[in-house]
Amino acid sequence: MAAALTLNQSTIGKKAIMAVTGIVLYGFVIVHMIGNLKIFEGPKGFNEYSHFLRVVGEPALPAGTILWVIRIVLLVSVVLHVRAAIQLTLLDNAGRPIAYKKVQRKQASFASLTLRWGGMAIFFFVIFHLLHFTVGSALPGYIEGEPYHNVVSAFSNQIWAAPVYLLAVAALGTHLYHGVWSAMQTLGLNTRRTEKLFRGLAVASGIGLFAGFATVPIVVLLGILQ
Amino acid sequence: MKITVNVWRQKGAQASGRLVKYQVDHVSPDMSFLEMLDILNQQLIAKNEEPVAFDHDCREGICGSCGVMINGLAHGGRLATTTCQLHMRSFKDGDVITVEPWRAKAFPVLKDLIVDRGAFDRIIQSGGYISAATGSAPEANSTPIPKENADLAFDAAQCIGCGACVAACPNASAMLFTAAKVSHLGLLPQGQPERKSRVFNMVATMDAAGFGGCTNIGECSAACPKEIGLHFIGRLNRDLLSATLSGGTTAD
Amino acid sequence: MTIETKPQVDTRKPVEYTDARLNANVPAGPIEQKWSKHKFEMKLVNPANRRKHTIIVVGTGLAGGAAAATLGEQGYNVKAFCYQDSARRAHSIAAQGGINAAKNYRNDGDSVQRLFYDTIKGGDFRAREANVHRLAELSVNIIDQCVSQGVPFAREYAGYLDNRSFGGAQVSRTFYARGQTGQQLLLGAYSALSRQVAAGTVELNERTEMLDIIIIDGRARGIVTRDMVTGEIESHLGDAVILATGGYSNVYYLSTNAMGCNITAAWRAHKRGAFFANPCYTQIHPTCIPVSGDHQSKLTLMSESLRNDGRVWVPKKAADTRTPDTIPEDERDYFLERRYPSYGNLAPRDIASRAAKIVCDEGLGVGPGGLGVYLDFSAAMKRLGENTVRARYGNLFDMYERITGENPYKIPMRIYPAVHYTMGGLWVDYNLMSTIPGMFVGGEANFSDHGANRLGASALMQGLADGYFVLPSTIGNYIATGGYSTIDPSHPAVTEAVGAVKERIQQFLSINGTRSVDSFHRELGNIMWEYCGMSRTEEGLKKALTLLPALREQFWSDVRVLGSGTELNQELEKAGRVADFIELGELMVRDALERAESCGGHFREESQTEEGEALRNDDEYCYVAAWEHFGTPSQAVLHREQLQFESIKLATRSYK
Repeated sequence: MAAALTLNQSTIGKKAIMAVTGIVLYGFVIVHMIGNLKIFEGPKGFNEYSHFLRVVGEPALPAGTILWVIRIVLLVSVVLHVRAAIQLTLLDNAGRPIAYKKVQRKQASFASLTLRWGGMAIFFFVIFHLLHFTVGSALPGYIEGEPYHNVVSAFSNQIWAAPVYLLAVAALGTHLYHGVWSAMQTLGLNTRRTEKLFRGLAVASGIGLFAGFATVPIVVLLGILQ
Repeated sequence: MKITVNVWRQKGAQASGRLVKYQVDHVSPDMSFLEMLDILNQQLIAKNEEPVAFDHDCREGICGSCGVMINGLAHGGRLATTTCQLHMRSFKDGDVITVEPWRAKAFPVLKDLIVDRGAFDRIIQSGGYISAATGSAPEANSTPIPKENADLAFDAAQCIGCGACVAACPNASAMLFTAAKVSHLGLLPQGQPERKSRVFNMVATMDAAGFGGCTNIGECSAACPKEIGLHFIGRLNRDLLSATLSGGTTAD
Repeated sequence: MTIETKPQVDTRKPVEYTDARLNANVPAGPIEQKWSKHKFEMKLVNPANRRKHTIIVVGTGLAGGAAAATLGEQGYNVKAFCYQDSARRAHSIAAQGGINAAKNYRNDGDSVQRLFYDTIKGGDFRAREANVHRLAELSVNIIDQCVSQGVPFAREYAGYLDNRSFGGAQVSRTFYARGQTGQQLLLGAYSALSRQVAAGTVELNERTEMLDIIIIDGRARGIVTRDMVTGEIESHLGDAVILATGGYSNVYYLSTNAMGCNITAAWRAHKRGAFFANPCYTQIHPTCIPVSGDHQSKLTLMSESLRNDGRVWVPKKAADTRTPDTIPEDERDYFLERRYPSYGNLAPRDIASRAAKIVCDEGLGVGPGGLGVYLDFSAAMKRLGENTVRARYGNLFDMYERITGENPYKIPMRIYPAVHYTMGGLWVDYNLMSTIPGMFVGGEANFSDHGANRLGASALMQGLADGYFVLPSTIGNYIATGGYSTIDPSHPAVTEAVGAVKERIQQFLSINGTRSVDSFHRELGNIMWEYCGMSRTEEGLKKALTLLPALREQFWSDVRVLGSGTELNQELEKAGRVADFIELGELMVRDALERAESCGGHFREESQTEEGEALRNDDEYCYVAAWEHFGTPSQAVLHREQLQFESIKLATRSYK
């Protein structure tokens, strides 16, 4: 285990940290998306699910234990992920101090070239998102413990909310379109045989998560959920 | 054909450089890109101007000496082609071509289009070998190697060390080069005893040389004249992580 | 004006025959025991003392790279030099086909004795028996060594090494790594060298060119180099010097050699007393891509293996403008199959090349300038299917298409012979030591093992045998018998050599003439190809002997070398090399004129059979011609090392 701490010493190790934390966050967004879709069960089901997340583990564990464990794991993941991203970006930029006058790319995807920008967008979005739906300070009329009401009210009343969320989940989808494959490659799980599989998984993740997350604001906007 | 070239001119390592425009007449489509530069140089000499310095040697795509950015693409961007094997029939009469040296912190420019790729040699010196002293070898057929492994090792071993991977990478990363050598030796039974220390040391040298990191974009492999696959980088990552987690030793 | 390129310190009087210096030092005893006996008899250097001895190795190809690595492993203090930016780029890297070894893995009757015999016969009985036998013996160790270094040779499904028959050999003894055998072997030697660099036993100096040799008390004790980036002229001193600096095919300007391949190191050594042997023996490779125009800077070889399935032909009618596919079968001349029914398209290199030249001289050649013959795979594609042909030759076909823009699956390839290898080189004895004590020569740079013609897949074998096994043994013996004092870097011989190099560079830069270095090189190449190329005549050679001194004179009065000597200056580098090539050219022509017989790669039109085949003259020319330098090549003196054939009977080489 002590050896794992030396990961931080090489660029590949740093990226492995990034990949592992990325996979944790990837798991989180999948669960989050599935949770979001529970909104179709109506106010009761959605609010109960939300409540469940807060009390899960009780009474075997003290109140809020699992919630806080998850929050801490996610926070640590975000910190390590962003830290590695910043360190690697600085190294990468230092790798070519004099830029080419003319640049063309042969095969790089839009997603791979915009990974950092997408990551930054997601980072700022998450802060906003927490203020919006968890703390509630960015949502007038926010009611603690009534997520269904909060979601519907936000997307119906704040006209900018749905476009912001759609852009953000587009950024997330794009980030994962490259990120999921990249994580597999970085962790050395990719081989000639699995190349197509992981590429497929990455594409499916990008599109699937975008679609899943985009559904809620769209259906609210269309008035299907009220 | 008439071709206009914008060539990077830089007097020496410490000097600053700039793109200079030259017109090259009488370019034949059968010329290689380097032969077009030869013609340019003959024109310059006739005008008492110093010719453009560029690295080149075998001119048959195997020594790895040549390599310039042509319109922003390493070796000109044609599949599996080095600069010396790129022919002018890939261009049109009247084209304007920008020619720049490889750009990377680890590849400082020495003059015009010539860069110092010594960092690659240092990476190899830090572990890119099997320590088999002359005379110590057993009978060659005493260790059969599955054909698939030998073929895959060969695919990696083809690397010509030209540096196009670094030049094409948005981060100037040397991962494909390092991956090729680590994979070549790691796929062979003879390479197993030093497998962990090798990858550990080679990656450390690579990082110290000032190359950027890999963001798995794949420009390196697309630019590689020997079409060395991106999956070798996956293999390098696997080897490095496993070596790191075991503290770099083969014994417990 | 006088065209003395360098003030000659040489005041010796020519001696017609110097027996002592041309002693081959071949050990006594039966041929198959000579090497093992010699190894036992040679003196050894105590391992603890080896690091006190500095060995200078110039060139990092198969011979130089392998020698430097092995001497480093043994504990010597090695200083290695190459003009390329990395040791991995030496031109050995371009060898495609394979490497021979008498492993007899195919159980098809191969043996050390057979490889020895084939090499002597292939060399047209102009090589030294004892050296060739040693080469055949060592061939098996080379494969072992390379495999243990991780060279990814081709394998069969059972995991054992694959072999193929190559260059007309009747046994399958060629080991290969797809079409890049030279590359893989060189990377093996380079990795061994890199290990020694890391271990601190080898100091590697890239982008450094040797410009002179330093001789003190009659022994080679160092070299003078130019740092090709800073222009600094430096001396490096040691106990022995190894030249592994390759061949001189670039004297023809167009050849398959790398652009940087040059004769300078060997020529400088020749001018300081090393005899140059058999300079006229050059090999012309039959399967190269023809010249496409005046812009051509080099020629590209395609592996000879193409002749295994391709058929060589020209139209029977001169200046036939039809496309090849529309020329009916009976209007084609498959001239190799016609002239050599038993070997057909697989006739040895020199023979196939000359046959192509003959038909082109008759006006039957195809392509631009009529300098080409077809190499046609349509029959093979019908017989084997396009996919099989693609699997066997796909990479070569792709390369052809990249260069010519023509698709060889649809249109027959066009090929023409090109200069490829030079069998001649610095004269060495059995220990690979030149006539300058302490200066050893390995690989293509020496003359020793291929006689008048080299067989396919033998160059890699010789380079590695010299580098891994011969030189590391014989150098030890030389060091052990020496006991040399350290040399003060301010020794007059060092100062003189450094000064001479600086002066010569200054001379190039100050001529300030009108013609580029390349224009002289091209003109030299034309003269050499025309008069000392695939076939030679007394008249042509004599003509060349008037053209070359004139060219030399013009070069030294009219060359234009811009820039300075204290920077990276590629024109200056080329100027030095071309100046030496011009002198070498003259010596080659003299040697070709002197040797009024045809043998191997040297074909004198005056000496041929009625059917136009090479006619050897063993009574008069069964010797190694070793030239000693005096002033200019025109004054060089010929010495002869008589060749003795005791194990193999002299016979006519027939491939009919």
